[in-house]
Amino acid sequence: MDAGVVDRDEAGPVRSSTSPQVPPVNPRKLAKVPFLELSEGRLQGVVSSGSDIERVYVSSVSSGDHGLSCSTNNNRPCGGLSSTYACKHIQGLLAEAEKQFGTARVARYLTIEIAEGETLFSGLHPTQAPSRAAEVFSSFLRHLAYLEIPVSTEPLPEMQWFPAGPVPK
Amino acid sequence: MLGEALSDAPEGLSETLALIDGLDDALVHGLGRTDETHLQALTNVAAVFAGSPLAEPVTESIRKIAAGSVTDDHLLALAGARVALLGSVHDALQSGLDHAFGRVRAPFPVTAAEVSVPPGIRSWLRELAITGWRGVDHEIAASGARAVPGLLEDPRQRRLAVLVDGLAAELMAGAPVATLSQVPARRWADLWSRALTLSSAEVPAAPVKGRFLPLGADLREHPTAVQVQVHGLLEAGAVVRVVRTTVTAAKVDTITGPSVWRMFPGVPVLLGALAGHQSVEVDGMRVTASGDLLWDESLATAGEAADPFTTARVQLGGAVGSSLSPLDRHPAAISEPVLLEGYSASPESLEVDGAVVAVDPLPSAGPLTPALVSSSSACIGLLRWDAGRWFVRPLAVQATVRKKAVAMHTGDWALGPTEAKAAKAEAAAGVAVEVLRERAGRLLRK
Repeated sequence: MDAGVVDRDEAGPVRSSTSPQVPPVNPRKLAKVPFLELSEGRLQGVVSSGSDIERVYVSSVSSGDHGLSCSTNNNRPCGGLSSTYACKHIQGLLAEAEKQFGTARVARYLTIEIAEGETLFSGLHPTQAPSRAAEVFSSFLRHLAYLEIPVSTEPLPEMQWFPAGPVPK
Repeated sequence: MLGEALSDAPEGLSETLALIDGLDDALVHGLGRTDETHLQALTNVAAVFAGSPLAEPVTESIRKIAAGSVTDDHLLALAGARVALLGSVHDALQSGLDHAFGRVRAPFPVTAAEVSVPPGIRSWLRELAITGWRGVDHEIAASGARAVPGLLEDPRQRRLAVLVDGLAAELMAGAPVATLSQVPARRWADLWSRALTLSSAEVPAAPVKGRFLPLGADLREHPTAVQVQVHGLLEAGAVVRVVRTTVTAAKVDTITGPSVWRMFPGVPVLLGALAGHQSVEVDGMRVTASGDLLWDESLATAGEAADPFTTARVQLGGAVGSSLSPLDRHPAAISEPVLLEGYSASPESLEVDGAVVAVDPLPSAGPLTPALVSSSSACIGLLRWDAGRWFVRPLAVQATVRKKAVAMHTGDWALGPTEAKAAKAEAAAGVAVEVLRERAGRLLRK
């Protein structure tokens, strides 16, 4: 089973209604990498530029073939990325993903094989992939839009299926 | 009495659950390629509805599934059958508890339900059913999440949006589901059938003037939503009712732990009452037939101090309960506020009146810990039923810590952690909310 999936009951999750299958993520500082997600077969995210507050980089690593891409939100390719070496933005993205989801879950998603105690970066066999900047950036904007949605005071009983629990260590 | 209700299964429970399991297993495999076993399981479900209005549509939907030409209406009939079966399990378990506590419950008035799920979501739910959970890949999982932003723009679709987002996030985390060693069959079938049968019918509600006495706060969370549900008693005239009031905020996955309380800036009176153990005077606030106090901060005034343990000891026993609407009845919807005393406790369970009740995992957003629960002598909690047994979700405990009597409540942290180390961690993590708001402000308005 996926290391990110909660298996709370001894009988397993098969006949349980209220064991959430996505545990809360580990809190992390968001200044460098405000957004990252495992989606569409990629680890993808947004990395704040170190020099310009108005600029962000959009970076991604694809599952399986480890295709890398990195460019600015204005679609300029990142100068630091080559076909054999990941730029500092992608390294930052991987490091923050490990903090957020745990190494095992990210490794499973990207199919990275690493020895115990090694970083994800060390298990990467990079190739170059086409830029996904537009999709990732719109995904980030969708993410931010959640913070603009007003609070609801209707009962919303569906949330009974999602009890809040401890954050996994 | 309580011990019996918590250890003895109601009559017919295992047979009913077996029918549901058969349907759930067919959904794991996919209705697009059912084999004899699955069709037999579905036929068994249809058989128990003989003579009821569901008999014909359910039988017809099984014929269509066997022929490989299932439509949305057939799936709705199947989901409806599942909702009805679980509703009967809910009713049997709830009436066992009511009997043990001597709880009187007002009946739910008859209302007409109207299903109002938009076509885009219906086709996603159909695709899931035909493919089966085992066939879910990244693409199918993500296509559900893509429909959510549109739903969130319409306040009437908030329930569906929150539900679909929660299910899609789990499917995306599990995809490709074929590689999982176990599939959460009952849970995903619950969420699937719930989405298909979600109705827009208004539950009758009436304004009240009186006093709301909180018993405790329960927290619910998935990656893009957080909910605080406050259970309490409503004194209005001569009647004391068991009610709950619920506030739900949208969030993102990186906002978690005690910082989630920051997502409710619009309800200071409610949060203040939780943190300060106060009652709230309400005037004109509406309460529904199902016992939901529809919170409106402008109709609430902070009241006097009210210790939840005193409220529970003095008034909970005689308070009148409410009944849920038929479509909402499900064992997972049972959350009976109780005061438990005289038990023997361990970090994992309480032995109450001879019955062992498992303790739910405790939320990281509050001060309760397994150690505190195991040293407790009294507990305000919610009795819940899942996977064939009873659980208690503690909302507050009275315990002895280093020879001192203490009382801790989940809601104590509603205005921020009261414990120094946790407060420091929250202050650092809480910056996440500010960072995202800054990024949102800078990038969204371009």
